[in-house]
Amino acid sequence: MKRLLLASLLLATPLAYGTEYTVLLPQQSSIAFISKQMSVPVEGSFKKFTARIAVDPAKPETGKASIEIDLASIDTGSAEANEEVAGKAWFDTKNHPVASFTSSSIGSTVKGQYQVIGKMTIKGKTLDIKAPFTLKQSGGLLQIEGAFPLKRLDFNIGSGIWGDTSVVADEVQIRFGITVAAAKK
Amino acid sequence: MNDHYTRTAVTLHWIIALLIFTAFPLGVYMHELPLSPDKLRLYSWHKWIGVTVFLLALVRILWRSTHRPPLLPAAMPAWEKFAAHAVHYLLYALIVAIPLSGWLMSSAKGVQTVWFGVLPLPDLVAKDKEIGDALKEVHESLNFLMLGLVIAHVGGALKHHFIERDDILARMLPFLGKKSPGIKP
Repeated sequence: MKRLLLASLLLATPLAYGTEYTVLLPQQSSIAFISKQMSVPVEGSFKKFTARIAVDPAKPETGKASIEIDLASIDTGSAEANEEVAGKAWFDTKNHPVASFTSSSIGSTVKGQYQVIGKMTIKGKTLDIKAPFTLKQSGGLLQIEGAFPLKRLDFNIGSGIWGDTSVVADEVQIRFGITVAAAKK
Repeated sequence: MNDHYTRTAVTLHWIIALLIFTAFPLGVYMHELPLSPDKLRLYSWHKWIGVTVFLLALVRILWRSTHRPPLLPAAMPAWEKFAAHAVHYLLYALIVAIPLSGWLMSSAKGVQTVWFGVLPLPDLVAKDKEIGDALKEVHESLNFLMLGLVIAHVGGALKHHFIERDDILARMLPFLGKKSPGIKP
């Protein structure tokens, strides 16, 4: 009996550091992007994505995240462009419906600032990316927010005539705001 | 007596006319195009021309309000004078209102207007699909109103030149040469 108690105490110890947040709240999360068209920043977003996240704000370095984005859920701001970017030259969503990101490691830069390094797969191509982020706890929820630049042509997004970066810039800002609730005990 | 337009007034008139005769057909042509880099380019050029017209129109109105234009021929029937003035005032209103409606439409559609890709104009309305669609109708209707007025304006000028054979057109087109005031050939 004592042993069992000890064992359960040991098991419970990691929780003593803090709370692990794992439950994605999609309604309070967003993945948006800002592309530059003819030097004009234009915002869009992905409406559907799933994420498996486990982050303890007391030890973010041990956190893990993998995110899958339903590319067909893109909202570019116009129906015509939504249709266009589903096509072969852009995301080719018929053959590559999902973009995914899996974290490899999380580091701390300055206090309260972190950086996740991981593998991004879009359109069958996988590249390492880095994204800085911050953590904010409020009302039992954890908000993970950050932004990073992504070069669309590295993933062949917008090839052919759209490869002209004087019209649509190569660099696209990706902004994420992920809200997770604590794991149910 | 004041019987001529200032050089500034004449120059502004023709520059604005030239810009409108470029932007109008461009607008009619570009909006039917399928989405392509060329389409985005043409849209930007159209907006740049429009902003230029807007700014020149403001200068022109300021100039007009501080420099009285020459009087219409005394022999003109009252209703013709009234019609000429009405068309002029409406055209002044439209060269401000049309670019303004385009600028607002662009904002409502989520694409900021950046003059020559350098100077961003503030978004005076937030992104909103319904407002964007409504402003598109406004922009289009005002343009067709302007088309009608320009036809009347040009028709009137030609009628004065070829039928009444007065100085009305020549005073805005100095190279036509001035006929002796008050004496019909």
